[in-house]
Amino acid sequence: MSTVVASEAPAGSARGFRFAMLLPGGLVTFFLILFALGLVLFLALRGNDGSLLGAGFTAGNFITVVSDPLYWTVTLRSLVIAGLVTLATVVTAYPVAYYLAFHAGRRRSLLLFLVTLPFWTSYLLRVFAWKIVLAYNGVLNSALIESGIWSEPTLAFLNTPAAVVVTLAHAYAPFAILPIYVALDTIPKSLLEAASDLGARPFTAFRRVVLPNSMPGVLAAALVVFVPTVGDYVTPAMVGGPASTMIGTLIQSQFGKANDWPFGAALSVCVMLVILCVVLVARGADRKFGSRK
Amino acid sequence: MSAARRDDGRGWLGVYVLAYLVFLYLPVLLIPLFSFNNSIQAAFPLQGFTLEWYATLYGNPALSGALLNSLVIGVVAAAGATLCGITVSYMDLYGRSPLAATISAISRLPILIPGVIVGISLLILVNLIGLGPSRIAIVLGHILVALPTTVVIMRSRFAAIPKTIREAALDLGASDWTTFRRVMLPLSLPAIVSAFMLAFLISFDEFIVVFFLAGTEPTLPLYIWSQLRFPRSLPTVMALGTAILAVSVIIAGIAEILRHRGLSTARRTAPTSPA
Repeated sequence: MSTVVASEAPAGSARGFRFAMLLPGGLVTFFLILFALGLVLFLALRGNDGSLLGAGFTAGNFITVVSDPLYWTVTLRSLVIAGLVTLATVVTAYPVAYYLAFHAGRRRSLLLFLVTLPFWTSYLLRVFAWKIVLAYNGVLNSALIESGIWSEPTLAFLNTPAAVVVTLAHAYAPFAILPIYVALDTIPKSLLEAASDLGARPFTAFRRVVLPNSMPGVLAAALVVFVPTVGDYVTPAMVGGPASTMIGTLIQSQFGKANDWPFGAALSVCVMLVILCVVLVARGADRKFGSRK
Repeated sequence: MSAARRDDGRGWLGVYVLAYLVFLYLPVLLIPLFSFNNSIQAAFPLQGFTLEWYATLYGNPALSGALLNSLVIGVVAAAGATLCGITVSYMDLYGRSPLAATISAISRLPILIPGVIVGISLLILVNLIGLGPSRIAIVLGHILVALPTTVVIMRSRFAAIPKTIREAALDLGASDWTTFRRVMLPLSLPAIVSAFMLAFLISFDEFIVVFFLAGTEPTLPLYIWSQLRFPRSLPTVMALGTAILAVSVIIAGIAEILRHRGLSTARRTAPTSPA
């Protein structure tokens, strides 16, 4: 009876409530996300005449991306660097997540806090920190010379793709640990005991029980690292040198110096297509591991 | 024997985790270290102790302007992102409509969009509506960047509140509004504060999106970026960075404690909830 009162008396106010509660999120998602992304797609199909929305419809921007080797090279390089960063981050993060899930005991909350804390410190400053580590007059060179291992400073650290990979793997480490930890934490301990009772050696149990069950977390971690990395332009600019130009740098320069917004938009659409492919592959892999359970 | 082998593995794993933490923290800790070093060059051996770089932070109008800008934008963007996070996740869990579920799904989409693309899509949008790069544009950008975080935090909080509490309030004749305002909001207050603080930190540190949306008044990360080009100003940047690190760590710590407190009260109230 009381439910009748609740649903009948303030019918208008219930509608008002729904409207008010859906309004902020609705505005943001439909206007700022869907409409804004639609604008990028629209602009990518326009010619550049210096005006805001370009002139005439054309596939020319995409033809340039596909036919000019410069853009191919940079896109491929971005994929390779982002792939290496993802691989390095996930592989180094996995044992940490494993320790957190199975061995940390009472230190677990403290350790979880410690591994997530760097995420809340400025990204720009973390990249800058790597620049002072790797520079010619930097920490690594001066430490090597002070300790007598090296006699001359070397230029080999800074302005290399390897510097980009290390810096980004450091910057996105907390992103990788958390999803893997969450996946490992949901594995029932009884599964491991069962494996051991059935005679599986620890490594076999890990390979056949733990690893497959943690794959959703690994895939989530890989996505969370790959997506921001592939479009990054700050780290390549600060520690990468000209040999590490990534597609984010090209997009940024189209909206800045080059002032060819439609072409920048076309490059962005290509990045989103690449990410879409990666997401679909990850989805497929996720389903495959899901069906094994 | 197998127990011994397991212990052995655990020991190595512990060493690895320790080494990993060193890798995580060592580069970041160089910034405070060199901020007290009496040399322009960030290299070993350390020269002498100085507070000179901290002194140069005072009375710098460009810096204080950027700081004020970042604070105002951070508070407004965090408020917007938290409001959206609360309403989106609440309607997703209790609204029972496809529209609410769609909004919730799209609101977590920005995780799958690189910052550079969030930046340019909003740049096109704000130019189209005649706003142009401005503080409002930055606020919109930061709401988008923080939105997935606030939605995830609020969603897990609302999901942890026993369903019976909301049903009891509705059964006792409270309207949707009253239930939301008098029951659900107070119960999720720690998570709301935590979401707000984390959204503020995200906005305060964000650079990749803001780069495209800033008009004439830079935020703090943009100010730092502009200073990184000049080797002479690097020690000052490190002093500034140390101050930012300290404040970020404190805010993140408080947010973490609040989140934990929220979760543990949820667990404690669960069995005796209707009282």
